[in-house]
Amino acid sequence: MSADRILAVDHLTMRFGGIVAVNDLSFDARQRQITALIGPNGAGKTTVFNCITGFYKPTGGTIRLTREGAGDIALEKLNDFRISKQAKVARTFQNIRLFPGMTALENLMVAQHNALMLASGLTLLGLIGAPSWRAAEKRAIDQSTFWLQRIGLLDRADDAAGNLPYGDQRRLEIARAMCTEPTLLCLDEPAAGLNTRESAALSELLLSIRAEQGASILLIEHDMSVVMEISDHVVVMDYGVKIAEGAPHEVRDDPKVIAAYLGADEKEAIAVMESGT
Amino acid sequence: MPGFAFIFKKAAISAFVALVLFSLMIGIRTEAGPTGQLIYWTRFGELASLVAAVFAGSIAIELIRQWLGPSGAANLIPPAMQEHLSTAGRLVAPALLIFTFLVPVIFYNQRYILDLAILVLTYVMLGWGLNVVVGLAGLLDLGYVAFYAVGAYSYALLATTFGLSFWTCLPLAGILASLWGVLLGFPVLRLRGDYLAIVTLAFGEIVRLVIINWQSLTGGPNGISGIPRPTLFGIPLTPGDDGLAALLGIEFSPTHRIVFLFYLILAMALITNWVTIRLRRLPIGRAWEALREDEVACRALGINTTTTKLSAFATGALFGGFAGAFFATRQGFISPESFTFQESALVLAIVVLGGMGSQLGVALAAFTMIGGFELFRGLEQYRMLVFGIAMVLLMIWRPRGLIGHRAPTVYLKQAQAISSDLVKEGHG
Repeated sequence: MSADRILAVDHLTMRFGGIVAVNDLSFDARQRQITALIGPNGAGKTTVFNCITGFYKPTGGTIRLTREGAGDIALEKLNDFRISKQAKVARTFQNIRLFPGMTALENLMVAQHNALMLASGLTLLGLIGAPSWRAAEKRAIDQSTFWLQRIGLLDRADDAAGNLPYGDQRRLEIARAMCTEPTLLCLDEPAAGLNTRESAALSELLLSIRAEQGASILLIEHDMSVVMEISDHVVVMDYGVKIAEGAPHEVRDDPKVIAAYLGADEKEAIAVMESGT
Repeated sequence: MPGFAFIFKKAAISAFVALVLFSLMIGIRTEAGPTGQLIYWTRFGELASLVAAVFAGSIAIELIRQWLGPSGAANLIPPAMQEHLSTAGRLVAPALLIFTFLVPVIFYNQRYILDLAILVLTYVMLGWGLNVVVGLAGLLDLGYVAFYAVGAYSYALLATTFGLSFWTCLPLAGILASLWGVLLGFPVLRLRGDYLAIVTLAFGEIVRLVIINWQSLTGGPNGISGIPRPTLFGIPLTPGDDGLAALLGIEFSPTHRIVFLFYLILAMALITNWVTIRLRRLPIGRAWEALREDEVACRALGINTTTTKLSAFATGALFGGFAGAFFATRQGFISPESFTFQESALVLAIVVLGGMGSQLGVALAAFTMIGGFELFRGLEQYRMLVFGIAMVLLMIWRPRGLIGHRAPTVYLKQAQAISSDLVKEGHG
């Protein structure tokens, strides 16, 4: 099954001084699949994300991204913006990081920066208003409009992103990440703070992104309904190590996972499960 | 609504603070006696009247505040009137532009006003240049005068040493200043906020000190004199036979050169403005603003923050260099004294007062700051005091500058101004 692998995290370790946030973690993510990374608070999920997206440089281990036509890319060797630019890995943040003083449309235009920068001839063609630049700008606006339509924010395209309701901001951040045309989309708790209806809409959006754009998604999530509904593969972490991996239903019934979530040891967890069923 | 007791209590507190402060400052007067001993006497009458004035003033301010209501001055103007005002607001820029074009016609015989107008326009251009760095990219630059100096000295040295004309030197001065901008940019890439401000401040001082001490090149504190005046594409504005006046068959007047300089700086400022407005709508300009809003998000979107910051420094420095070359050709003489920190502070004040990122705001602020400063000339030693109070009041009234809101660079249906509460100032 390694042929359709998009991401291979191999023996990843991340230390901050004496604290080992991620310890010898290995897992794969497959193409056109939604892989969820779950675990209790402080398990090291976001640290893994920051290593994958270049915000941290891992202490040890490798992260390989397989892109069609580009072969394997060693993500641990690329730094910050190059991961998005060259490896086409996009991400969202746990605490939303939109550009609040810019409109929803502008946010999506900024996401297309690298393509537009080339089209504007590194600003020179754009400055003289060359027709090729105008055409490229029009296409970028169309692309943004398409995504605004997808997330149901077309009516609010010209509103400041900071003025949008919380749920809309979450969706806009996903749309912005998608505007970079990623091969791997990393979402850090996209359902945090959403109500049931909004979570359901989010699940639908993510499934449609996978189906229509063919994007592979890596997801950190606490909302189990979302995880169970949409993920193809779940990796469970606790204290920086992987404690379980598998299909959603397998992971759900794993005593180790339940123990980690309940903060109890394994025997107690089995007792709880048995009394429950 | 707080009652009388509240107002009285507030006024009493203010009066008490005044009493503590003034009891030593005003209440007791000390002097050295003829043999060096200390003589002092009390002035309780003056002290009492001052405290009473503070008490009464505090009550008056509180009453006015209550009369205005909680939302302040906004509801003084009825909605219908506000609509008219917003229409008027849209006409401000074109009206100002037309007026500026007509200034040499209206004030043809008033040399003082023409000189002042040229000075204002120089600062408008500097403000617009710094606005790219501070207003758009959110990088606090306290050493902007360095680029102004580099531009001025580039022109002065190229023109006096190699005899190059103003129009050849202008782009060269801009490019050199721009290179210095990149040079400054590299070490400060990792710095933010206060640290960035201090390093840029130091950079400005370094440039000035190098100019002072490199006597063999720059003439040190003596400066450079005899800098060639600009020509109208080769035609000098002199009383000679080949001068513009003789060519046009009109009588020569020294005002011709002033008017020419006026239109020259106006054209340069307008080009700066046009380029900045264009840049804002291009990916590079949007990346600057995105950088000001959230640098981490920019990196996550694959934007190279290094080149983006450097391009902002280079663009700002380019305009500063052009303005410097103009300054040199206008003065005919430059020395390090013209490029002190005070200039940087003044230009930064213009940008902050105008509203960071707003082109019209910066122009209005330059007009207010430079023009206003001249306006208070009659007040002699109180000039700085009045000017300072005016600035404080203005910043209380408009904390985000004269024009604080942000205009979007692209829209689908309608461009809506974005409230200043949402727009970030940048952290360096």
